Amino acid sequence: MLKIENISKSFKTVKALQNIDFEVNEGELFGLVGPDGAGKTTLFNILVTLTHPDEGKAFVGGFDVGKDYRKIKEIIGYLPGQFSLYADLSCYENLDFFATLYGNTIEENYEIIKPIWRQLEPFKKRRAGKLSGGMKQKLALCCALVHRPLVLFLDEPTTGVDPVSRREFWDILKELKKKNITILVSTPYMDEASLCDRVGLIQDGKMLKIGTPTSIVNDFSGMLFSMRTNDMYRIIKQLSQCNADFTYYPFGQHLHIATPNQEETDKVFNFLEQTGDKKREMKATKPTIEDCFIQLIRGKMK
Amino acid sequence: MMNMTNTLSEHSEPSIIVRNLTKKFGDFVAVNDITFEVKKGEIFGFLGANGAGKTTAIKMLCGLLYPTSGEAYIAGYNAFTQGKEIRKNIGYMSQRFSLYEDLKVTENIELFGTIYHLPKKILKERMNQIITRLNMESYADDLVRSLPLGQRQKLAFATALVHEPEIIFLDEPTSGVDPLVRREFWNMIYDAASKDVTVFITTHYMDEAEYCDRVCILADGAVQLIGNPEDLKQQLNVHNMDEVFFKFVKR
Repeated sequence: MLKIENISKSFKTVKALQNIDFEVNEGELFGLVGPDGAGKTTLFNILVTLTHPDEGKAFVGGFDVGKDYRKIKEIIGYLPGQFSLYADLSCYENLDFFATLYGNTIEENYEIIKPIWRQLEPFKKRRAGKLSGGMKQKLALCCALVHRPLVLFLDEPTTGVDPVSRREFWDILKELKKKNITILVSTPYMDEASLCDRVGLIQDGKMLKIGTPTSIVNDFSGMLFSMRTNDMYRIIKQLSQCNADFTYYPFGQHLHIATPNQEETDKVFNFLEQTGDKKREMKATKPTIEDCFIQLIRGKMK
Repeated sequence: MMNMTNTLSEHSEPSIIVRNLTKKFGDFVAVNDITFEVKKGEIFGFLGANGAGKTTAIKMLCGLLYPTSGEAYIAGYNAFTQGKEIRKNIGYMSQRFSLYEDLKVTENIELFGTIYHLPKKILKERMNQIITRLNMESYADDLVRSLPLGQRQKLAFATALVHEPEIIFLDEPTSGVDPLVRREFWNMIYDAASKDVTVFITTHYMDEAEYCDRVCILADGAVQLIGNPEDLKQQLNVHNMDEVFFKFVKR
């Protein structure tokens, strides 16, 4: 459904995107995961035909983003990173407006927005600008869906959204997927990666890795240990004295320690034993997408 | 309200004292009768869903919004009558606004130092310290706009501390930054706290809630829960702060 071929784009001296190359299949939920400034929005702008790449080609539903932009606009729904509905129109008026733009009526495609719209219905006369953050996102999603697009582009729909509302939003995406809508979604939250069919990890305009969440985790190289501690700051300071090839970082209530091999692992274990921390439990642990991301960006810095 | 507060050490005077603090906008109660204390050098996580009243509460604590009723003392100053003194003794940083992008790194530090009336000599010393500590020598004269987001956030944090305030308020400081920078940022937080700076922080990352000495969960403007993450998890019989959050926010 989406074909991105070797896309590059620069703004003055900043290389916003460098040789981005991947495909998204029909009905797939693909996550673009990376921090602010990674190039996610630039890639979205190219795919929704708001800007041109310097190099490379891209196709949406088989249409060329360079030539067939009118056709592409008909088959896509786009939720930009910034709130972009009419703040002075009511919820209902916004929805009606977007339906009319595409020559549709709300009734025609009501079925697809129904589960989301039902949550908004009590507020349908409220002005969009007066909604809470989570509600705004739900309305924006309705407006992007009301013409029944084949592909949905969601640029950071959950940034700044609390964990409960984030989970609700992802539940909605799962429902949409069942209706065979192809979804490209970007997010800075690493934990959301595991909710996608496939993800691309992106930073500084470069794709670090593409794959299913499972395959990315399986590609983690070396060994990873987790140590539970209430004394994070002290242990971190202590580990900075340890002379081994390893990395360590806090991970919630645990400290994660990554080593390339058994030899380095032994060095770290011995060090901890010498410093009197031997009683601390170090357990081998399964890496998460966040561990993988950290490993990838550290690898790049070397 | 469930109160699971650990007994704070008696000898140190709390940095923040909040008693029955309330803010109403017309009929709407944005902050409803909240009570807590934060001791010096503590890292206090202030959690809640969007619209729970966090921002309104922080504005009152920063002396930017006049409370409707209750009591609040920030760094020893009264939030009702001494807003100006409060603002002099706190630092503030948020994801949205913290530095002037059109000014150089050095100009930003100078601006904040001057706003807080730092003597020139001390300002110069602290500027050098900040730039050395953040390894920013090579781009001290660059516009802040040209810095990577992570560097910008670290600089914003250091700048918010330039006048050595007793308390720093951090409003979602790590939103959108990469996982490595997020951790470097927390290192800076630990470092500040170890020097007795009181850290009052909001975040939507529940792994960061684990790094706090204590957290407070706000819902519908009221305090639902306060305590040390470890104790809260034990008492609620859950594995992590994410689950704690869900128990108290999802109804």
